[in-house]
Amino acid sequence: MKGRVLVVDDDTALAEMLGIVLRGEGFEPSFVADGDKALAAFREAKPDLVLLDLMLPGRDGIEVCRLIRAESGVPIVMLTAKSDTVDVVVGLESGADDYIVKPFKPKELVARIRARLRRSEEPAPEQLAIGDLVIDVAGHSVKREGQSIALTPLEFDLLVALARKPWQVFTREVLLEQVWGYRHAADTRLVNVHVQRLRSKVEKDPERPEIVVTVRGVGYKAGPS
Amino acid sequence: MSSGSAAPKPGEPGVRAGRTADRDRRASRLGRLLRRGRLLQDGAAGSPVLRLVVRWLRRPVLPAVRLWRRNIQLRVVTTTLLMSLGVVLLLGFVVIGQVRNGLLDAKEKAAQSQAAGGFTVAKEKADAPVEPGGQEGGAGDGKSSRNSVNWRSDLVVQLASGGQSAFNVVALSADANGAGSSSRFPRASGGVDHIASVPADLRSDVAKGTGTFQTYTLIEYTDGREPESGLVIGKRLTDVDGNSYELYYLFPLTQEEQSLNLVKGTLATAGLFVVVLLGAIAWLVVRQVVTPVRMAAGIAERLSTGRLQERMKVTGEDDIARLGEAFNKMAQNLQLKIQQLEELSRMQRRFVSDVSHELRTPLTTVRMAADVIHEARVDFDPVTARSAELLGDQLDRFESLLSDLLEISRFDAGAAALEAEPIDLRVVVRRVIGGAEPLAERKGTRIRVMGDEQPVVAEADARRVERVLRNLVVNAVEHGEGRDVVVRMAVAGGAVAVAVRDYGVGLKPGEATRVFNRFWRADPARARTTGGTGLGLSIAVEDARLHGGWLQAWGEPGGGSQFRLTLPRTADEPLRGSPIPLEPEDSRRGRERSAFDSKESAHRLASVPSQSPTASPLPVPPRAPVPPPAGVVDPTALPGNGARVVPRAAGEPVERDSDPSASPSSSSASRTTSSSASASASAAQAPQREDTTRGR
Repeated sequence: MKGRVLVVDDDTALAEMLGIVLRGEGFEPSFVADGDKALAAFREAKPDLVLLDLMLPGRDGIEVCRLIRAESGVPIVMLTAKSDTVDVVVGLESGADDYIVKPFKPKELVARIRARLRRSEEPAPEQLAIGDLVIDVAGHSVKREGQSIALTPLEFDLLVALARKPWQVFTREVLLEQVWGYRHAADTRLVNVHVQRLRSKVEKDPERPEIVVTVRGVGYKAGPS
Repeated sequence: MSSGSAAPKPGEPGVRAGRTADRDRRASRLGRLLRRGRLLQDGAAGSPVLRLVVRWLRRPVLPAVRLWRRNIQLRVVTTTLLMSLGVVLLLGFVVIGQVRNGLLDAKEKAAQSQAAGGFTVAKEKADAPVEPGGQEGGAGDGKSSRNSVNWRSDLVVQLASGGQSAFNVVALSADANGAGSSSRFPRASGGVDHIASVPADLRSDVAKGTGTFQTYTLIEYTDGREPESGLVIGKRLTDVDGNSYELYYLFPLTQEEQSLNLVKGTLATAGLFVVVLLGAIAWLVVRQVVTPVRMAAGIAERLSTGRLQERMKVTGEDDIARLGEAFNKMAQNLQLKIQQLEELSRMQRRFVSDVSHELRTPLTTVRMAADVIHEARVDFDPVTARSAELLGDQLDRFESLLSDLLEISRFDAGAAALEAEPIDLRVVVRRVIGGAEPLAERKGTRIRVMGDEQPVVAEADARRVERVLRNLVVNAVEHGEGRDVVVRMAVAGGAVAVAVRDYGVGLKPGEATRVFNRFWRADPARARTTGGTGLGLSIAVEDARLHGGWLQAWGEPGGGSQFRLTLPRTADEPLRGSPIPLEPEDSRRGRERSAFDSKESAHRLASVPSQSPTASPLPVPPRAPVPPPAGVVDPTALPGNGARVVPRAAGEPVERDSDPSASPSSSSASRTTSSSASASASAAQAPQREDTTRGR
């Protein structure tokens, strides 16, 4: 497994501790402490995953997240001290794939990083259809009438999970497990935010979704193809 | 007590009741009566037909009444109108009375002198020697009488000629209708109806006395003129023949009446003007005062809705202006204070948020370091290894304490937001029980679920509800002393409820409210296995409140406890009741009740709504007989939140070995009202079953 992790955190003690833990788990961490230098460090290190603290000197974590997301679909995991809805949602909307609330246990962190990296394993060639979308699973591409739609890996995974079983209604908990790789129930806001982000990219009218349909009181399902 | 000896015979409830229990019971009965009285006042009872009629009668009047009560201007103007009307009427009557008296007095005097003159003339004429014209021929009876006939007619004509329209003269004889001579026929001048015009009372007075008599009468005419009121003055006289006759002067009061009417009309017009003008003046004056008051009221209302920059317009230096100034000053201070508080609250929230971040970052480092050390503890010597363990455990506790504190501060700051969507509580309960299973296994507790046959759906925040239920279930397992924990769900009306029942140490009287206090612990000396933060139930209550729901506790010492979460099925819908009674049927009191009226329970069973969960066999905690109750918590209390569930004062706890019959008697007293608690209606079925199982 590839394991280059860029840690963007201004707290040197925490960064060092993260380094110890990550190295212990076989990852290759690199560090940057300043939000302004984060993007340069990202380009230089070409990490497989970014651990991003939300509160940073210089550019704050949200801004950094947006900049990285603008040029790469690399998994981003936010480190946040605030579990308030607004903070989490803002972080997720800026492009983060997952978040982890401080204080966390090393095992929890490692599990989440692994979950985010696991999807890089090569999938079997597979062609899926959902609505008027054509999904090439192996080629990581989604096309509508030949037009390619750019999705982050996580959004892609979410769409594939729904498209593979169009007859099934997925609860948020099931999606958390299948897409994010959580064994036990975590925060379902993750799912809500990512479904909204996905819709804004793949739906013709995000207000009236046809690809990812909400089943009230239960969860989501793929729209009819 | 459940051994059966406690159950009293139906005929003699509470005869053997102990003294203490008796007093308690009386007190509680009084309380219940009071409560029932309040219920009556609230309009729950009373004759519905009567109330309907009253309401029907009141409906058309209601707008007017409301206007009357709300409009001070209307009130003042109406009062002024009524009072000035009264004053004007009084004044008018007095003035008119005086004018009339004055007029009549003058008329009377004039009439009296006129009449006196007339009477003198008549007397003189009667006494005078016979006129030459009247003496022709010999004096015979017939002639003389004819003579006297003429004489009287002449007299009347002569007297009446003195005042043409001022008065009329009537001459009557006492025996006018008797057989008689024409001289006795009544005579009247000016077409006066002599019979109708001269009142009989006056005639009898005149006939009896010798003086002059007078009275007021209605003068009627034979020639068709309108009758008019007048003054009659009469006197008995003798004519030329020595026969007595009555002479009356009739003075019409037409003139005086006209004058009086003129005065009356003038007064009425003036009075009307005065009343109307006073009303208008009152209206204007009141408006001067009321307008600023209304303005102040309107602005106060706007202030209270949050528009703090609203101010009154102040003109002049009068009292109203002072009111305005004071009002504005108050508003300004209020605005300042509110801004300060808002600023403070913002700072507080910011501070909490910052503290959280500042605290959490080093805590994360410590946590990770501790975990790394913990992982490597096998290589340490025993002391260091144990230290590493303690470090890890206490860090867990520190973390949960910190997050609970932050959660509470979020509630306090009003920053907690509800993310409600329809969820099936069965799923949540299943997840919670799954999470509590390891702890339950350690404790040897079985967690049982009831009422999960049909969906229990409500609009709720799954994360919060799960947190509440996890707290309740973990608490129940922790305090359940290894006995079963029953999680019950029910839907009814607009509410869903989940009740978590345990059969552990229970709650002492008064603790049912205190459990929700922050950092409250049942027994400070009690060893805690899972090391809760002491904030769990406080957060749970806040979570319930955020949903518009209730979290309430019931418990009896040694009899376990029940925590009930009630949520409205749709958010924003107010709760009116809970589908599950707060006091479980298998409470001590419930069992006694069912033992007391086990005969009734059979037919009650049929009327109980389909609360099928209660029909499944209840768990039988393996233990010795339960002590008699000490505190009896009122199940009918259904307040808005758990903090208001106040157990009824039950006096000093009854000792375990006290007279067991005391408790059934107190429960029989409570039965008088228990039927009003709709929830406890279903209490009859299960306890009976349990009594049979426990009686062994």
